Amino acid sequence: MAPLTPAPAAAATAAAAKKRGLDVAFIFKKSLISALVALVLFSLMIGVRTEAGPTGQLIYWTRFGDLAAMVGAVFAGSIVVELLRWWWGPVGTVHSVGPKVQGALSFAGRVLPPLMLGFTFLMPVIFYDQRYILDLGILVLTYVMLGWGLNVVVGLAGLLDLGYVAFYAVGAYSYALLATNFGLSFWVCLPLAGILAAFWGVLLGFPVLRLRGDYLAIVTLAFGEIIRLVIINWQSLTGGPNGISGIPRPTMFGIPLTPAEDGLAARLGIEFSPTHRIVFLFYLILALALLTNWVTIRLRRLPIGRAWEALREDEVACRALGINTTTTKLTAFATGAMFGGFAGAFFATRQGFISPESFTFQESALVLAIVVLGGMGSQLGVALAAVAMIGGFELFRGLDQYRMLVFGLAMVLLMIWRPRGLIGHRAPTVFLEQSRAISSDLVKEGR
Amino acid sequence: MTTPLLAIRGLRAAYGKIEALKGVDLDIAQGEIVALIGANGAGKSTLMMTIFGKPRAKAGRIAFDGQDITEVPTHHIARLRIAQSPEGRRIFPRMSVAENLQMGADATETSEADRAAGLERVLTLFPRLKERLTQRGGTLSGGEQQMLAIGRALMSRPRLLLLDEPSLGLAPLIARQIFEAIRTLNKQDGLTVLIVEQNANHALRLAHRGYVMVNGLITLSGSGAELLQRPEVRAAYLEGGRGA
Repeated sequence: MAPLTPAPAAAATAAAAKKRGLDVAFIFKKSLISALVALVLFSLMIGVRTEAGPTGQLIYWTRFGDLAAMVGAVFAGSIVVELLRWWWGPVGTVHSVGPKVQGALSFAGRVLPPLMLGFTFLMPVIFYDQRYILDLGILVLTYVMLGWGLNVVVGLAGLLDLGYVAFYAVGAYSYALLATNFGLSFWVCLPLAGILAAFWGVLLGFPVLRLRGDYLAIVTLAFGEIIRLVIINWQSLTGGPNGISGIPRPTMFGIPLTPAEDGLAARLGIEFSPTHRIVFLFYLILALALLTNWVTIRLRRLPIGRAWEALREDEVACRALGINTTTTKLTAFATGAMFGGFAGAFFATRQGFISPESFTFQESALVLAIVVLGGMGSQLGVALAAVAMIGGFELFRGLDQYRMLVFGLAMVLLMIWRPRGLIGHRAPTVFLEQSRAISSDLVKEGR
Repeated sequence: MTTPLLAIRGLRAAYGKIEALKGVDLDIAQGEIVALIGANGAGKSTLMMTIFGKPRAKAGRIAFDGQDITEVPTHHIARLRIAQSPEGRRIFPRMSVAENLQMGADATETSEADRAAGLERVLTLFPRLKERLTQRGGTLSGGEQQMLAIGRALMSRPRLLLLDEPSLGLAPLIARQIFEAIRTLNKQDGLTVLIVEQNANHALRLAHRGYVMVNGLITLSGSGAELLQRPEVRAAYLEGGRGA
């Protein structure tokens, strides 16, 4: 291990190593095995390159240099990982958090949400001239809302839904079709989109009532794809792959945000600027997201919210306690779907154009990743995860094709260090004198 | 005997083609503790679950307080104030103790006053739970979890309490505490209890009357003390049900 550590620290590290039991032979063996696996895997994938020649025959050449580099990288990498692991202390044991740290954390937990909310409120004022940031803010808030909506289904009720994008699509198409065909305004369509999405939520809920876990995930995944395929193929209604364009922009309760004479700017007697609409959209999605959050928080304190959580924990016990598991599951699906529908309607009005391409499985996966990374069931965690994921995506835009790599690496690291998501604890809804959060680290993974 | 609180006649139930209950008759009078003992796979838990409609009875009749409940949906049965503490405790591990208890009253249209009274009763019966109200259910010890499971069932102010193996996996001392609590509930509150147990010795000593179940049939019944004396019971219990 001497060549791996800087010389001055070597003595101290060696002493520490002895104390904490750094097993050099074990690390070496493990890295060797990793390198061997890499060699087997990559020998054909990287070592030999084949291509169809100009006359159709197979030509191939070897790239043993690259192969050796890859295997070497794996070897070195696994040594680094093992050392990191040793450095971070044993994985999988309970770290009891000191009262000081706990106090600081709970203080941060209390202060952070209002700070974030305040900052979000002020964002359009601070970044008035930077349209890019405002657009990004709207995008992040859309995902915050989707995350909070899906959180009801996945985080609270524990029903793994891989087809959440279906409800997003239903909401978006509901608004687009109602607005373009019947000229209904955004504010009429918004509740309609929510209701329609909730209806589809119930429709999906019925056949999957008996399913749980992996089976449920597959059916919901299929449902998401079915909705997308129907949208693509039902050309007469949805315009198929061409999508729907010319979706009306939202009005501020009837006052259009246009340079026209009856527009908001003209009425207020100020100069028109397209930023007005962006700012309006920003506050609109903020309001919708906060509505989602507020409803979820309220519901959690009601018997129905408790029933969702209990259902996630133990279905048999729920039945024994007289909970109607059928309606409980359906309400969870419907509530989550409704918020997805709202977000979809917002998406349609913001874009002015929608097509099936916006509603691929990747969206579902992204929203689910936000919920899981945030810590299932945690409202603050979901918001943080949405900021990190969507903001992070933008941050690494310069890295281009390495973006997904960084993203994947971040996910892996997060799952190693915070396996329950960013905010892993769950705030109790009933308490006597004071609310006390109990770290999830002390509880085994919920069944 | 006056009309029993729970009367089961000729009850049959099956999982697919495997018949688990082959015509069971059982009575529980108001204010009684009845123990149902038997070996693994005798059908004790199935009987408990069939009272709750999961699985549904194939034949026979279950009457609660004179009302036929054989076809009543599962979630309605709890609203008749039959409470169950299922096998293996099945508390909600990630919810706090207080929330676990609330769950017991949530679905059964329990009034606020009853809810408060129920909580009060549970906490005097199991003072340990009071200390742990804000803790997550999953962080409790096995005995505390069993107390929580019973407490949760008591929150709906039940008229009949069904307990499935309350001593399962508990240290003898803790098991005795649980049995003592059941006795208290019966004496002070007049609660009617059906207790399913493998721990026949304990259960029969606690119970007024007992039933022995073998392969889906009731083979013996009588007072708790009487059954304890019967050689068949000892044999049935010790030899895993084949001897009876």
